[in-house]
Amino acid sequence: MIPVVALIVLLPFAAAAAGLLGSRWPRGGSRTEANDRAAARRAAWFAIAPGTASLLLTLWLAVWSARASGSGGTAFWAGLLPGSTEGTLTVVDTGSVPISVTLRADGLSILIGVLVVVVALAVQVYSVGYMRDDPRYASYSAFISLFTSAMLLVVYAGDLIVLYAGWEIMGLCSYLLIGHWWEDRANSRAAVKAFLVTRLGDVGFLFGIFTLGMAAGSFRIDAVLSADIPTGTLITATMLLLAGVAGKSAQVPLQTWLPDAMAGPTPISALIHAATMVAAGIFIVARLYPAFLGAQPTLDVLGVVAAVGMLGAALAALAQNDLKRVLAYSTISQLAYMAGGLAAGSDKAAIFHLLTHGAFKALLFLGAGAVIHHVGSNLMSHMGGLRTSIPFTFAGMTIGFAALMGLPPASGFFSKDAVIAAIEHSHSPAQPFLYAAALLTVGVTGAYAMRAWLRTFFGPSRVEALPEPEPGTAHVFDGREAPRSMLWPIGVLAVPALLLGFADVAEVDWGSALVSLIVGLLGAGVVYTFWRGAPHQDPARMLGPFRTACERAFYVDEAYRAVFARPILRLAHGVVRTDRQVVDGAVRGSGRLTMGLSGVVRLAQNGNAQLYVTGLLAGLLLITVAAVVLG
Amino acid sequence: MNWLLLALLAVPLAGAAALTAPAFAGRAAGRFGIAVSALTFLLAVVVAVVFDYGDAGRMQLETDWSWIPGLDLRFHLGVDGISLPLVVLTALLSLLCFVHLAGRPPDGGRVRALVFTLLVLEVGMIGTFLALDLLLFFVFFEVVLVPMYFVIAIWGGRDRRAAAVKFILYTLLGSAVLLLGLLVIWAQAGTLDMVELTARHGSGIARSVQIVAFLAVGIGLAVKTPMWPLHTWLPDAHTEAPTVGSVLLAGVLLKMGSYGFARIAIPILPEGAAALAPWLGALAVVGIIYGSLACLAQRDLKRMIAYSSVGHMGFVLLGFATLTPVGVNAALFGNIAHGLITGLLFFLAGGIKERYGTADLVRLGGGMLRRLPYIGSLLTFACVASLGLPGLAGFWGEMLALFGAFRPAAGLSRPLFLVFMTVGGVGTVLTAAYFLVMLSRVTHGRSRETVPVGPPLASAEEVRVVLGPGEPVEPVATGTAVAEVEGSHPPAGRLADVTSRELVAWVPLVALTILFGVWPKALLDLTGPAVQAILGLGGGAG
Repeated sequence: MIPVVALIVLLPFAAAAAGLLGSRWPRGGSRTEANDRAAARRAAWFAIAPGTASLLLTLWLAVWSARASGSGGTAFWAGLLPGSTEGTLTVVDTGSVPISVTLRADGLSILIGVLVVVVALAVQVYSVGYMRDDPRYASYSAFISLFTSAMLLVVYAGDLIVLYAGWEIMGLCSYLLIGHWWEDRANSRAAVKAFLVTRLGDVGFLFGIFTLGMAAGSFRIDAVLSADIPTGTLITATMLLLAGVAGKSAQVPLQTWLPDAMAGPTPISALIHAATMVAAGIFIVARLYPAFLGAQPTLDVLGVVAAVGMLGAALAALAQNDLKRVLAYSTISQLAYMAGGLAAGSDKAAIFHLLTHGAFKALLFLGAGAVIHHVGSNLMSHMGGLRTSIPFTFAGMTIGFAALMGLPPASGFFSKDAVIAAIEHSHSPAQPFLYAAALLTVGVTGAYAMRAWLRTFFGPSRVEALPEPEPGTAHVFDGREAPRSMLWPIGVLAVPALLLGFADVAEVDWGSALVSLIVGLLGAGVVYTFWRGAPHQDPARMLGPFRTACERAFYVDEAYRAVFARPILRLAHGVVRTDRQVVDGAVRGSGRLTMGLSGVVRLAQNGNAQLYVTGLLAGLLLITVAAVVLG
Repeated sequence: MNWLLLALLAVPLAGAAALTAPAFAGRAAGRFGIAVSALTFLLAVVVAVVFDYGDAGRMQLETDWSWIPGLDLRFHLGVDGISLPLVVLTALLSLLCFVHLAGRPPDGGRVRALVFTLLVLEVGMIGTFLALDLLLFFVFFEVVLVPMYFVIAIWGGRDRRAAAVKFILYTLLGSAVLLLGLLVIWAQAGTLDMVELTARHGSGIARSVQIVAFLAVGIGLAVKTPMWPLHTWLPDAHTEAPTVGSVLLAGVLLKMGSYGFARIAIPILPEGAAALAPWLGALAVVGIIYGSLACLAQRDLKRMIAYSSVGHMGFVLLGFATLTPVGVNAALFGNIAHGLITGLLFFLAGGIKERYGTADLVRLGGGMLRRLPYIGSLLTFACVASLGLPGLAGFWGEMLALFGAFRPAAGLSRPLFLVFMTVGGVGTVLTAAYFLVMLSRVTHGRSRETVPVGPPLASAEEVRVVLGPGEPVEPVATGTAVAEVEGSHPPAGRLADVTSRELVAWVPLVALTILFGVWPKALLDLTGPAVQAILGLGGGAG
């Protein structure tokens, strides 16, 4: 089955190459409107056809794996998808630990792989409508294809270095797509920030891979997991890996890039910054879970990080005015839930929540895109009363918000319950802290989801046509529901967002589910009461003096700018000055010194024979003395 | 097939000699240059084809003649897995430079003289990588300097004279020290033959002498590489040199320094290398950080790329300093990758400078992706490759160098090298930072309708003088300020995007960057056995 896996990964890659090189060919030079349209049409085919093929092949792979009789060992997917396969193309000898170009597919990678191709295809279809008339649609869809390929490489990689390659290419695609509307400097800055913050984490990630690879004598994941690695090394390695996880999954302390990343087109936020790439950090911990289980201190650190992140991000989401930023902070918070589940020792709960979150958050983002498309603005203060004018989007987003709040029967109810039950029953030293944060966050999540839902779809209508939309923010207001190519993906994603939870209905811990349901409804109820009192005002005012701090996400960005960004820039200017004055100055100074010395020497060369002879004798004398003394 | 290597040197030399014939004038010289360098490149490809890849650690296609018996100087040439990629790279870059030149005659005129100079330069460069005799190596090493001096001094930018003088004095000084080191080796070992010296692995040379010799040879090579703090000739030379000069300087000349480490300093003086490796590593990582920081605050595109070379060659030197097979492999890989990527970057910078009339980042303003979509995209590609994205060639050199530092050779302090590795890792983030900030400034944003043409502001100081001391940081604001200060200029109109001739010169570099990025095995299998041989690990037949 390995050729199938390779095809699944390579088809989107071929799509990217074709989209980049082939969509304008052979009329690349002339940018007339007709040419642009033809290029966009061709690019859409390049994007969607291979994506569909990849999806079908993935489903085939899943069916094969479900029917296979292989043993998945003790892993949680062993019962569902027992079949696994692995194939090595070649082994690259580096002079030390070799790199094997290996792909592998097992239950875990197939589960995530299905999520990736489904959301990617939905987003590609959605983008046809959303990015209509964008002159750079061809490169946009090609970068999505490239991203899909890179993410699938991460998912199906059988070797840590191969995984790292996909990991970084995802980061590049994220950079390129956040900065898609680069005319606006703010988007460009957000893209650079996203790449650099994640790259900072990736350095640690790479060093973690080094540590594991060197200890196991191989970068192959199977070999690493089966190697007998001392606990100290495991702790070091997993802690280093955690840096990359925090960067990619936007966890504390590297979370600051994700809200800014919302500068990208909304479909990108749905695919990369909600459903897939940011979940890669969680995936990698699950992939290497045996190693993490051998390093309890790392899991404790992960638990603390998750506890801080989930509550802080949820509070920040409560105070945002930009609908996409609400969802971005919500993503950070939900990813922290998954991290919490991992820290509590249940990779199953974490991956379950990853899958349902991928579905409902992508749904929410696509819905938000339809809302923004309709209103012409990201800000909730420009929205309101939309449930009658865009009923389909309203229905889709209602399902999404219900899943986010954890209301039954939406999928989020079951997966969040699994995570919270796992945290409740864990024996980690961080457990009380984590459990308290998780329950509190359930309440805050109910509050911010309720607020966003009410502010967008209820209350007085504030829709007005903006005169001239800024490039990169929104589309022209036309007062109607979004085109069908945008509604279909919303409808398709609403199905798993609503029903996926029943996959695991047998294992619901009803006691803890009831507790979290009550807490969530409590949070939502408080917001509803505030909103009921004054429907045209923002319920976030209930935060009181705390509101600004929440809105600015507790000033972490400002602190980082003061502590890191500015000093580094100052240092850079200092280096340039130093280079000109000290290092090069020393060289030029020595040049002058040489000239000066040559002037002194020239004094000797004045043609005076007496002086020459004297010098010669003096030299001879010195040499003789030296010979006698040293000899 | 032994005549092949000889022909590699003879063809460009004969071409240069033929150019002195009076028949060449005007464009004919340019086409002649393409023909000669194409033939040379073809020969290099033939060498690569007949090369026995199963035995890449052994010297192949050797030519060994006595040249000056009194000095025991032999005309000894050969290729192995270390030199073969460099020879092909040199021939390729030379060919691409001639293609570029034919599309756009140099500013200084005198096409025939430039073609002549570049052909002589090619002889020197290829000779350096083929030579297997210490003095012969040194001769070729020096032959390169003179044509490069003229390339900078005659066809360079505004401050070309000063830059050229600095270049020649600096590198000559380095060469003098290098010669001393080589002579010490000769005096102690009694032979100049590199193959034999490599096989001996330092036996017969006392440890203290090895240290002194390594120091001398190392300093000589480090000037060329360049290693911090001996790098200050580089930014000036790069900034002032014409495009072809910059490309060859970055693509090939810098590699001669690092090649010397792999061919002479490390295999012949292993104990000296072991003693001084920590210092080499320390200076390398200082160079990485220093170069990156200098790039972050640079205002001139060519100068920025020049400083980025300091950082990238820092990774190469770090690889050598680990004295492990993986580290040396990394260094050799990084060499080739840097040659391809930085060559491409300088081609692009040259193309941009031709169109806008300046390489000053302030003057360029933003919006290149709108004005010149293809050049902007290629610039993005080259920068992304240069910052070490996996899947492109730049990644493997950096990654493996860091991996080498993770566990350096026995006898070297592991904690120290772990520190080097960490600092190098921070360097990769800074590298990404300066490239992305530059891209954000130049390719993103809105392009100004009027590019301030006028007399070019060649240096950042002038911009600062024009703008006054309180210069705004925001690139758009600075751009507007420049335009205002200079008064309104007529719109420069539509700039021409990439030409087909430029594509011919650039696409091979793009293709090879991708090829080595996705298939690093192609290079690693070549250098691997040779590296085993030079480190005396008995892997190869050396």
